[in-house]
Amino acid sequence: MSKAIVATTSLAGCFGCHMSLLDIDEKILDLIELVEFNKSPIDDIKTFTKDCDIGLIEGGCCNSENVHILKEFRKRCKILISVGECAIMGGLPAMRNGIPVKECLEEAYLNGPSVASNTEKIMPNDEELPMILDKVYPCHEVVKIDYFLPGCPPRAGLIWDALTALLTGKEMELPYEVVKFD
Amino acid sequence: MNKLIKLNIDGKECMATKGQYIVEAARENDIYIPTLCNIPNLKPRGACRICTVNVNGKLMTSCTTPVSEGMVVETSLPEIVDLRKSIVELLFVEGNHFCPSCERSGNCELQALAYRFRMMVPRFPYRFQQRNIEASNSKLIKDHNRCILCKRCIRAIKDEEGRGIFAFKRRGHQVEISIDPELAKNLTDELADKAAEICPVGALLRKEKGYETPIGERKYDKTPIGSEIEKFAHSKP
Repeated sequence: MSKAIVATTSLAGCFGCHMSLLDIDEKILDLIELVEFNKSPIDDIKTFTKDCDIGLIEGGCCNSENVHILKEFRKRCKILISVGECAIMGGLPAMRNGIPVKECLEEAYLNGPSVASNTEKIMPNDEELPMILDKVYPCHEVVKIDYFLPGCPPRAGLIWDALTALLTGKEMELPYEVVKFD
Repeated sequence: MNKLIKLNIDGKECMATKGQYIVEAARENDIYIPTLCNIPNLKPRGACRICTVNVNGKLMTSCTTPVSEGMVVETSLPEIVDLRKSIVELLFVEGNHFCPSCERSGNCELQALAYRFRMMVPRFPYRFQQRNIEASNSKLIKDHNRCILCKRCIRAIKDEEGRGIFAFKRRGHQVEISIDPELAKNLTDELADKAAEICPVGALLRKEKGYETPIGERKYDKTPIGSEIEKFAHSKP
């Protein structure tokens, strides 16, 4: 049997979910017997070189680049999984959702207590920079997401169970202890 | 003497006391019906509808419906379990429940119900409403992002003369809990502790406290809500 191909990305996330994937410890050796990684920070492949079976998405969409990458993942991956609270509901970045973007930027670049040297009152507006969105969106409000793994981060066991269930076609057991939102 | 009556809950013959509510009768027969707004020994409100059961073919809230002779109650039909789950999901999208940053996480009844129902993602779109945090009271922080308007604080926290310290202000979708400014001085440390404890979520918090219990040792980390009532934990959703 040929290996399943997995891609991963971190959008508006903190890489904690990727760290949790590494937290499967020595099972990572079993994992690389089962899968081959394509575009992912884990192997540092930056662009898709082929279509993938499974895409793991960490983080929600806070800017135009996140949306672009997420849509690309949807095109190139048969199955997309939202991994972690940020991908599922925006997470901590979404705490800005009740505040207008203008106020957020002014707090970050002009008025915040840690702003010391921005004497020219510059707000980043280079066209190379992705545009920040009006709010942080959960991934499933941007593209169709097939499965959801909650947690901050999702427990390593949950990620492992989900991947092996998908690869072997067995149903997940979802023991009580692994489904947590923090 | 209290009159005993017979009823059938989930196919099991049960005894209950006349006048007792279904949710209490079920509890005494080791059957857990999930609740959220209900507080034992206090007049029920039937506000949250989580405890909905099928009574003689009709959907009723088990916290407000008294038992009667020969009553047939179904607590765990798949459509009822899904109804309860959908209510929990509605509450999650209606407020701003950022569990990873909440002091109550792990001890929160709303979160515990979501765990019990294995809520992976709500089926409804998130609303991200703008809500405030109020810290003007000297003992309590009110975080309206997390409030589910269950009225537990309003019903349970009274001063020595029996006056409610908490109340609803405004109407409709703008309604929120408030602390009566006149009676705030009657909010003793004991009452403030009780208010923070009676709140099912992290909407009422004692000041200068938080994250006291390590992850793994909190109330709902290892055992589902309701498992103290059921003899066999994990048995059903």
